[in-house]
Amino acid sequence: MVSACGLGSSEELFAHMPADVKLNRPLNIAEGKSEYEIVDYFRGRAQECASGYESFLGAGVYQHYRPVLVDTVVSRGEFLTSYTPYQAEIAQGTLTAIFEFQTMMCQLTGMDVANASMYDGSSAVPEAAMMAVRVTGRSRVLAARNMHPEYREVLRTYASHQGMPVDDFNYARESGLIDLTDLEAKLDKDVAAVIVQSPNFFGCVEDIKTAADLAHRHGALLVMVFSEAVSLGLLEPPRDADIVAGELQSFAISPSYGGPFAGIIAAKEKHMRQIPGRLVGETKDGNGNRAFCLTLSTREQHIRREKATSNICTNQALIALMATVYMAVYGKEGLRELAEQNLAKAHYLADGLDRRFTAPFFNEFVVRADAEMLNEELLKKRIIGGLPLARFYPELSDCMLVCATEMTKRIHMDAFKSVAQSLSETPMLAGVRA
Amino acid sequence: MIRKTRSHLTQNEPLLFEMSSPGKKAYQLPELDVPPVDPTEALGAGHVRDEIEGFPEVSEVEAIRHYTRLSTWNYAIDLGLYPLGSCTMKYNPRVNELVARTEGLAWAHPYQPESLSQGAMEIMAVVEEELAEITGMDAVTLQPAAGAHGEMTGILLMRSLLESRGDARRKLLIPDSAHGTNPATATMAGYSVQNIKSNDRGLVDLAALEKAATDEVAGLMITNPNTIGVFEENIVKVCEIVHSKGGLVYMDGANMNALVGVARPGDFGIDVMHLNLHKTFSTPHGGGGPGAGPVAVKKNLEPFLPLPRMKRSGDAWAWDYDRPRSIGRVRAFYGNFGVLVRALAYIMAHGGPGLRRATVDAVLNANYIRKHLEPHFDLPFKAPSMHECVFSDSRQAKKGVRTGDIAKRLIDYGFHPYTVSFPLIVPGALMIEPTETEGKRELDLFIDALISIAGEIEEDPKMVLKAPHLTRTSRVDEVEAARKPVLRWKPQNGDAR
Repeated sequence: MVSACGLGSSEELFAHMPADVKLNRPLNIAEGKSEYEIVDYFRGRAQECASGYESFLGAGVYQHYRPVLVDTVVSRGEFLTSYTPYQAEIAQGTLTAIFEFQTMMCQLTGMDVANASMYDGSSAVPEAAMMAVRVTGRSRVLAARNMHPEYREVLRTYASHQGMPVDDFNYARESGLIDLTDLEAKLDKDVAAVIVQSPNFFGCVEDIKTAADLAHRHGALLVMVFSEAVSLGLLEPPRDADIVAGELQSFAISPSYGGPFAGIIAAKEKHMRQIPGRLVGETKDGNGNRAFCLTLSTREQHIRREKATSNICTNQALIALMATVYMAVYGKEGLRELAEQNLAKAHYLADGLDRRFTAPFFNEFVVRADAEMLNEELLKKRIIGGLPLARFYPELSDCMLVCATEMTKRIHMDAFKSVAQSLSETPMLAGVRA
Repeated sequence: MIRKTRSHLTQNEPLLFEMSSPGKKAYQLPELDVPPVDPTEALGAGHVRDEIEGFPEVSEVEAIRHYTRLSTWNYAIDLGLYPLGSCTMKYNPRVNELVARTEGLAWAHPYQPESLSQGAMEIMAVVEEELAEITGMDAVTLQPAAGAHGEMTGILLMRSLLESRGDARRKLLIPDSAHGTNPATATMAGYSVQNIKSNDRGLVDLAALEKAATDEVAGLMITNPNTIGVFEENIVKVCEIVHSKGGLVYMDGANMNALVGVARPGDFGIDVMHLNLHKTFSTPHGGGGPGAGPVAVKKNLEPFLPLPRMKRSGDAWAWDYDRPRSIGRVRAFYGNFGVLVRALAYIMAHGGPGLRRATVDAVLNANYIRKHLEPHFDLPFKAPSMHECVFSDSRQAKKGVRTGDIAKRLIDYGFHPYTVSFPLIVPGALMIEPTETEGKRELDLFIDALISIAGEIEEDPKMVLKAPHLTRTSRVDEVEAARKPVLRWKPQNGDAR
């Protein structure tokens, strides 16, 4: 092949490059390893992570059982190793699955149109905010303080360079829900979007309708955010929201130390052309058969370049496919039953613990406890406790966020409760109570 | 004559909603080991939904058949060459899939105690180190979820450094050959875009750059090799010009498959760049994602990197949030860890010598294709090709056939099309990148296919204009899809939901 190119050696392929740019030593990377050595290396690293521990962590990443069918489907080479479906005729598999995904997202969220996924929930939030700015022509955004703190950080990073001021509004001390008075005080004719998460970071279920009415009265859009997709199996969808931005990790996506996940943006019909990211549409082929293709591409970077609705190129197609298969496996009844099990487990756990907030909750809630000490004791039983909130909310430094899902066994919840109760009976901790 | 394909039956398959009927189930849940809770009592009636209207109900057999049938309608790397320029569609090693699913890694929660996350953190530390060595840069962030996300991160880093010097400046210079994400990213980062024309060799025009580089310019976004697969021979001078005016140079690392082990961007003047792990480092495209877009920087940009960063604490890894000059987070948690695992497995499998070998093979394969297609297709830019070559359809256009049509006919021959109509500086572009994965056999079939199509265009252009003929779906009406967008399934009768 080298001689077919008219060359004497393969090194001549680089002869045209200036000498001063070429690397004149080997890369300082070890020799290639065999497959066995590679598998063994990662097995070793996995053993240096929690293995065989129970966990009560939620906080945006949830432990849900992954049906076997999910990996069976996504491991098929035709899904795993295929490219973005720009050539519709040889990508109808991917396109059809995405069309189903978009449909199910609409059905779950009560919105009219949904895209083919975003990187994750956290980056979907600023994209939704930017969408609201485009739609309303206004520039400011109000974000609930009881939305996931890391989602809010991401929003700030994106916003700080877009001329899109972001202000927080507080939550009510007792209930844990958004403080409508504080929100009203901050609403003005410059606000493009009010962003509310439900269930919120504390696990409490928000009243989206009231928040939406308030936002709309001031000409702002309501962006509803979710991080626990299973909740949509049971909770009334946010039909009064204008845009929904969410995280789908709960739908058969491994926690995988924080990624890759898949986010979603869904919206009312009238905002369709402002949605970022890929969209799959139905059409016909030359013989009149139904077919699918990527569409409304003039919104996107490869056409509009600097005038695009976003710079996003990738969608999380394979991850979204995992979620699609999950939704197909559970189906209408299954998702409902799954959500009801989550509700039951979390309420069993809460019974006997000192809950900090009064609002209704789905599968997560905040307890008062000496978080560090409780977690230390639990670790001795190979249990990872909840998330101490001090790192995100100084006023809640005597609290932790705990989660129970369908995977949480009663025996471990009993252990959690017994350790928590025995610590709270210890006299020296009495002063911790508010 | 078409040698690579032959017709075969494929199964028809409706949408999930069209085969749904009440009572079918594919799931099983264990019995509850705690008392059930009445949703209305626990949540309040207003919070409980009636049902998920229209949501499908299918059996397990129907589900597996549904997705298996759908999968057979797709082309994939596992089936053959994807000559997509700048996409680097190389083989996705299966060992990567296996190791990413190792239980302790797949189930690791980002908030679990650091003492129980050392394995995951070690993996991330190793990836940062290897990528820094490969790029010749000083520090790497693994947070960005994809290339465009990495671009945005990189530009925000530049902005922060310039702000710290007193002036973020207003514009970014971008060659007219750039990928669309570059200008889109510039806008998202609050900069305006000024296009720099390429010279008649397809390279950055030094005189134009000299003129455009004022103190309003934050920097230049460059791809090297560029989008016609040619190495910017003046790259050192290009970087000097930008630096002399106080600007920074961002490199889009999409074409790193031409450089790994051969040249390092950090050595030729680049200040900040992103990598596409789903291109150069073999992580699977999966039909459009996930990817990962790590960003590598020189020392002077290190303080601004997204937080948290990893640091050594005694003899363990810890997350360091004390980074006052950081641009903040670009996403929750730490990065697309599962993708990083796959990329590390790839790097380990090749090793240093293997990585360089892959680059040599990638460049050789592209040149082999170029040599054989040059007599048949117009090659507007004659500079030496690296890992990809770009032809123009100008010869074929005389017969009324454009690059998009040729691409569709290539499908009948058993290949995915090359990149069509990009970059914009080549009229009617055919951008071809084979990667090192392909052996001579597949490449020869590809070359023969394009030569055959060129012949068809002379003899019977209609054959090409109406292609593809042999696919399950004939040419899809994309115009109608955009004119009357239908973006979800709806039931035929009754209410819209």
